[in-house]
Amino acid sequence: MAAATLPAASPLAEPPHTTPPSSSRSYRVAVIGNPNTGKTTLFNALTGLSQHTGNYPGVTVESTLGKFRQDDTQFEAIDLPGTYSLAPRAPDEMLAVSVLLGYGRGTVAPDVILCVVDATNLDRNLYLATQIIDVGRPVVIALSMVDLAQKQGIHIHIATLEKRLGIPIVPVQAAKRQGLKQLRLALRDAVHKPTPPPRPVAFPQAFTAEVDVLTTALTENDRHSGGRAHPTHPAHPALPRFFVERLLIDADGMIERDLARERGEWIRIEAQAARQRLADAGIPLPHMEVDSRYEWIAQVVEQARGTTPPVQQNLQGLQSWQNWSDRLDQIVTHKVWGLIVFLAVMGVTFQSIFAWALPLMDGIDGIFSAIGTWVGGTLPEGPLQSLLVDGLIGGVGAVIVFVPQIAMLFGLIAILEDSGYMARAAFLMDRLMAGFGLSGRSFIPLLSSFACAVPGIMAARTIENRRDRIATIVIAPLMSCSARLPVYVLLISAFIPAQTVWGVVGLQGLVLFSMYILGLVVAPPIAWALKRTVLRGEVVPFLMELPPFKMPAWRVILFRMYDRSMAFLRRAGTIILATTIVVWALSYYPNHDHVAAEFEAQRAAVSAQERHQLERARASVRLRESYLGQAGRAIEPFVRPLGWDWKIGVATLASFPAREVIIAALGTIYNVGSGLDEESLELRDAMRAERWADGRPVYTPVVAVSIMVFFALCCQCGATLATMKRETNSWGYPAFTFVYMTSLAYLGAWAVYQIGSRLVG
Amino acid sequence: MKTLADLTPDEQGCIHSITGADGLAQRLAELGFTTGQTVQVVRCAPFGDPMQIRIRGFHLALRRQEAQRVRLAL
Repeated sequence: MAAATLPAASPLAEPPHTTPPSSSRSYRVAVIGNPNTGKTTLFNALTGLSQHTGNYPGVTVESTLGKFRQDDTQFEAIDLPGTYSLAPRAPDEMLAVSVLLGYGRGTVAPDVILCVVDATNLDRNLYLATQIIDVGRPVVIALSMVDLAQKQGIHIHIATLEKRLGIPIVPVQAAKRQGLKQLRLALRDAVHKPTPPPRPVAFPQAFTAEVDVLTTALTENDRHSGGRAHPTHPAHPALPRFFVERLLIDADGMIERDLARERGEWIRIEAQAARQRLADAGIPLPHMEVDSRYEWIAQVVEQARGTTPPVQQNLQGLQSWQNWSDRLDQIVTHKVWGLIVFLAVMGVTFQSIFAWALPLMDGIDGIFSAIGTWVGGTLPEGPLQSLLVDGLIGGVGAVIVFVPQIAMLFGLIAILEDSGYMARAAFLMDRLMAGFGLSGRSFIPLLSSFACAVPGIMAARTIENRRDRIATIVIAPLMSCSARLPVYVLLISAFIPAQTVWGVVGLQGLVLFSMYILGLVVAPPIAWALKRTVLRGEVVPFLMELPPFKMPAWRVILFRMYDRSMAFLRRAGTIILATTIVVWALSYYPNHDHVAAEFEAQRAAVSAQERHQLERARASVRLRESYLGQAGRAIEPFVRPLGWDWKIGVATLASFPAREVIIAALGTIYNVGSGLDEESLELRDAMRAERWADGRPVYTPVVAVSIMVFFALCCQCGATLATMKRETNSWGYPAFTFVYMTSLAYLGAWAVYQIGSRLVG
Repeated sequence: MKTLADLTPDEQGCIHSITGADGLAQRLAELGFTTGQTVQVVRCAPFGDPMQIRIRGFHLALRRQEAQRVRLAL
């Protein structure tokens, strides 16, 4: 069968937004592929540390971007979300189509598309690949999982495949960094000889004719509509042919909705009429596209696979590998064992974070208090010394301590995702989630929110249905994110006794686990209520691939840990630093001279031993007199029912922009940067020493739990609310989330203290 | 007509067609649920739903409600 080619008059022969090639410019590469093809591993291998999240030109949603080069050719790459098809129904699929076509104001089409094809799943992957070739840009295929395919006895004759598809194919093993150079060379050749490949799959004549009719109708209507319209200056840019095809094929898809909104409802009517004509002629859509492509794929795969029988030894390898994955599947998706394994995995994850990170944290803490002592001893007393020691070192230092735990949590979640377990967890939980009106699909964004709600909310893009997506986004911040971890760890290690219950389980780990469970328990009724009221609608289908289990790619895991730790440090360097300085200033000023003079006089009169106590007394007087102290006493009536003193109240208030600020705020309030004792975790000790006026300790286990419950339920995160606004395109949902979570947090903390203090006595 | 939802674990069938022409029908087709293709039920989740099936060499989770849309040839 000869490859069908498009007429040269195709609008894509001269795409409207392409910049002319020159030697100094950077070429845009869009990386796309099915989910679970090793696409992200390849993107990592190509771009390395240049990788970052940002905005592709003209696209409002954030994506992963990166750079790489081959000789004199510089590439800028965008990692598009994994997708099975270019028929856009979810926002992340629409993102892929917009980028590939350069559709939308300011969006620039890529110079070359890198399509990742999984060699073990050739049929389904080639489906997307043939669609991508139809887009009409230069395409290079990276053939991944070749080693695994060989083990399975699949031998692919690459030259045959290249010939039939009409584009270069490079086998790669990204995890072993094999084939990367060949891939970069192929990309370089593709951008320097930008000839769009011919379309491999031919559609029936009647269909192409309808596409022409629809294209003409769109152009004509555009010319006649609006006063400013002019033949050479149409109101809208010409639509790429692939775009019009999609409009015709995907009934009520995102393209049809977009166009109908922008240019009028007549588009729907025209498209529906064309579909009806085709159906009458025996060409039903969307099946025509699928059948044409899969028929073509069946022929090509048969040719490219040849008739080589798999080697006996390989067959054994295949069987043992398949058995291994299947047997694991039998356990982790089992009716009883599956649920036990699920709870165990979650429990071990949180227990290990607590146990493994502690030595590292002690080390970092020691370094910061040593720096604090040194600076405190070197600089003369005064505002500068106080700002550096109490504000910066005591505040920001107290936050940086938590980097090891954050890295570990992201690492563990990345392992669960990359190994394939996450999909099983979603499979197990689907029935349960359906009870609350959601699906297993919502499970992955929610579980990622345990690391951080921002990527969690972004992961909700994969949910096709808008109502499900919004319900998921609104409850995502209830999952205990890594920024809450510092609060839990600090309070648990200081105030929850390190004893074991039931012989084996540590009480501290158990309390930590309960904090994580709390969000999980509260979230479903809220989702349920939302789906019953404002987000009511029919039940949404659930389809999800269960990829074979595999060993996690360590590069991907380590990169994720590094990337997220850096993001956390950036946060510590900006918003947390800024809030800390404000908290410090409010707690330092007004600095009354007469108080200082009084203390100086007393200081001279006492012995070195008493001097220590005097310093503390001085600090506490200063804090009480400060602006912060005044504000704190004003809000004290509101936080007393929660069992808190005004210092906790003020620190909590300061942590509304970012919840980890509370550690820095407490550090500043309790003056821990001044390095009173380098051997211990100072903030903990300062808090343990805190007393009410009558001598009772401020922090009891019940108060500690009350604070933790407040932080578990409260939405103290500006970044989350901003992400929510961006993803839902409305301030309504973030505002609602903020109000419901803050109310819930207050009520929860109140209930814990009121009930807890009566029980304990 | 028998559908994919009627199969028990380890049973397999041959696809006749998919009911309807909406987004779900299209997505199933794109994933390779084409006429004549063999599908096998691997297992069902703890509460009986969703089910795990095998098609074209990969595994997919889908609910019974979706599986009912996949009609099988006799």
